[in-house]
Amino acid sequence: MYRYDEFDHKFVRDRTQQFRDQAERRMNGTLTEDEFRPLRLMNGLYLQLHAYMLRVAIPYGTLSGRQMRQLAMIAEKWDKGYGHFTTRQNIQYNWIKLEDTADILEALAEVEMHAIQTSGNCIRNVTTDHWAGAAADEIADPRPVGELLRQWSSLHPEFSFLPRKFKIAVTGAPNDRAAVKVHDIGLRLHKNDRNETGWEVIVGGGLGRTPMIGVTVRGFLPEPELIGYLEAIMRVYNLHGRRDNKYKARIKILVHELGADKFKSEVEAEYAKRPQASTEVEERELQRIAAYFAAPQFEKHSRWSAAFEEAKLGNPDFARWAKNNLGVHRVDGYAIVNISLKPEGGIPGDATAEQMRLMADLAERYSADELRVSHAQNVVLPHVKKDDVFAIWRALQGADLAPANYGLAGDIIACPGLDYCALATARSIPIAQSISRKFADLDRQEDIGKIKINISGCINACGHHHVGHIGILGLDKKGEEFYQITLGGSSAENASIGSILGPGFAGYEVADAIETILNTYIKLRQPGEEFLAAYRRVGPKPFKEALYAAA
Amino acid sequence: MPLLKNNTLISDTWIHAGAESQLPEAGDIIVPFARLLKDWETLAQHNGKLGVELGNAGRAEALATFLPKLSVIVLPFPAFNDGRAYSIARQLRQMGYRGELRATGNVLPDQLQFMLQVGFDTFDIGERFPLAVWQQASRQMSLAYQRGLFRRGSEAEIWTERHTDADPWLEQPHAG
Repeated sequence: MYRYDEFDHKFVRDRTQQFRDQAERRMNGTLTEDEFRPLRLMNGLYLQLHAYMLRVAIPYGTLSGRQMRQLAMIAEKWDKGYGHFTTRQNIQYNWIKLEDTADILEALAEVEMHAIQTSGNCIRNVTTDHWAGAAADEIADPRPVGELLRQWSSLHPEFSFLPRKFKIAVTGAPNDRAAVKVHDIGLRLHKNDRNETGWEVIVGGGLGRTPMIGVTVRGFLPEPELIGYLEAIMRVYNLHGRRDNKYKARIKILVHELGADKFKSEVEAEYAKRPQASTEVEERELQRIAAYFAAPQFEKHSRWSAAFEEAKLGNPDFARWAKNNLGVHRVDGYAIVNISLKPEGGIPGDATAEQMRLMADLAERYSADELRVSHAQNVVLPHVKKDDVFAIWRALQGADLAPANYGLAGDIIACPGLDYCALATARSIPIAQSISRKFADLDRQEDIGKIKINISGCINACGHHHVGHIGILGLDKKGEEFYQITLGGSSAENASIGSILGPGFAGYEVADAIETILNTYIKLRQPGEEFLAAYRRVGPKPFKEALYAAA
Repeated sequence: MPLLKNNTLISDTWIHAGAESQLPEAGDIIVPFARLLKDWETLAQHNGKLGVELGNAGRAEALATFLPKLSVIVLPFPAFNDGRAYSIARQLRQMGYRGELRATGNVLPDQLQFMLQVGFDTFDIGERFPLAVWQQASRQMSLAYQRGLFRRGSEAEIWTERHTDADPWLEQPHAG
């Protein structure tokens, strides 16, 4: 894992001091709320429906045990004892006081964390594959590039007042778990036939009210050129992105309005003018950073663990959890443990301070002191010996952290919605809870198989409903919440935007509608065919008929 | 209106000529970009220094041929969160412009350091905040990760510091 050096420490301390001063000026009235707003937002502090919300960056989703423990401490000391892991691999605290914020930022700085640029019209926390460094299908760990981009984008003087927020995602694997095609910039690693690696640069993807799949502007950019090339993209966007309408201000609209070719030629022209062609510093910095991400010392084990197999035989609940919640590790004898933060009827992504501490303990004891937060709002122990998996499951079970629903219908992604968020038009959490209860039976979830259900409480799409296999969007119709259903979305390497199925539903009808859709799928699927594949084969018609025929 | 330069207040001795108004016989003048294009032949003969105000939807390249004759370029911030002028400023500096680069409009202390870092050196600050606030705001962060910024002696670029033996950037002059 990356460790701060003296410079990183000083940078974050300076920033915390700067925020303390700004917050004091706001509290004594010398800064107006309008002027304070962008400053607090650039430090992750939102004013929500009931209180301030602080969004803390978890760069590329990676945490150590010590950092997770500090997040637990903050939840207890300054919030109500829990936190909410978000779809951008961050954590949010929903009940923060302005006067405590600088102290919280100081507590974060102690463990090499911050809340810089988790909001505002700037480059946000860089996200990546939550299995980075562990996945069997990976070409290379994308986190060194994630850290390079974190540093480069931090308080970038030229790009702190962009037309709109800017999100970058990075993946080092061909199976895209980082949704790179629906980010403002997505970076995907490729290997050519000479065994060299290069980055595909995808620009202009996004969700929100105008969902779009990004376009590739460079197919194979050498790694040290990333910073210079991204500077060129950012400059073209900063100069020419629309500022007249915030709903048309994301880079996807610029790419769309200029056309991909014209946009690309603007970027290339800007890149050609770069003042420094040498990338020696970037190369050295990448090497310096990469050394921190060296793989842990894996022990030599056979792929087959007797302890693991015996535990499964002796305990069907464990066997089921192991079948659903483990990912394939690149080293024999190891597994990736996916901890589902989606208990039946729970709030997706919420964890209590005790749960955070337990996960920290498990990471320190069994997973090379590493945790990951996934964009699906779960927590990952990336490097676990198969021999230890049973002990981990037992510990998780005692803390309500062992739902065996990873990747299944109960593993729902949902934004905070109208229960917390000032932008929301409808509640998300109760919808997630009702679906989760409806499909509480794990036999049924397993029968349905792999499915992504995503819920957003407004058109801004923080729950990524456009790319859910089943997406649910909460809207307000004359003071009543109602929910639109989309089918066929995907954020994976074959990304697609879901299509709206038909008229919306009242909140109490949504879980039944999802059930009808899934029953329809079960009737028409071919052997082994997952929901998304079946939908892509048959289209919306049978689902529409099943849902709306009765009415 | 006072200007901020090198952390002190100076008075603005430039005459701001409008799009149509009569040009003064002599003295240092700032004209809008459209007038620079329209009246270039007259302006090139003007008895005094010449400056231009470029709107933030303008392109830096449009000033390329004029740069050797310009002593000040004014870039407006219609709102503090309209960040286009940051990029234009950097482009002008990268094109080799070494004259005065002035920020005007909604210029606030909390953005001062960013403006300095991209190459602005004078600031049309109005009278709302005392000088001490501006002075403090100009040095809030002692470090930056990005390279090729304008900075003062007390400020450092982190990547450059970490890799002192790699090729240096062309040294940027210290700004306001």
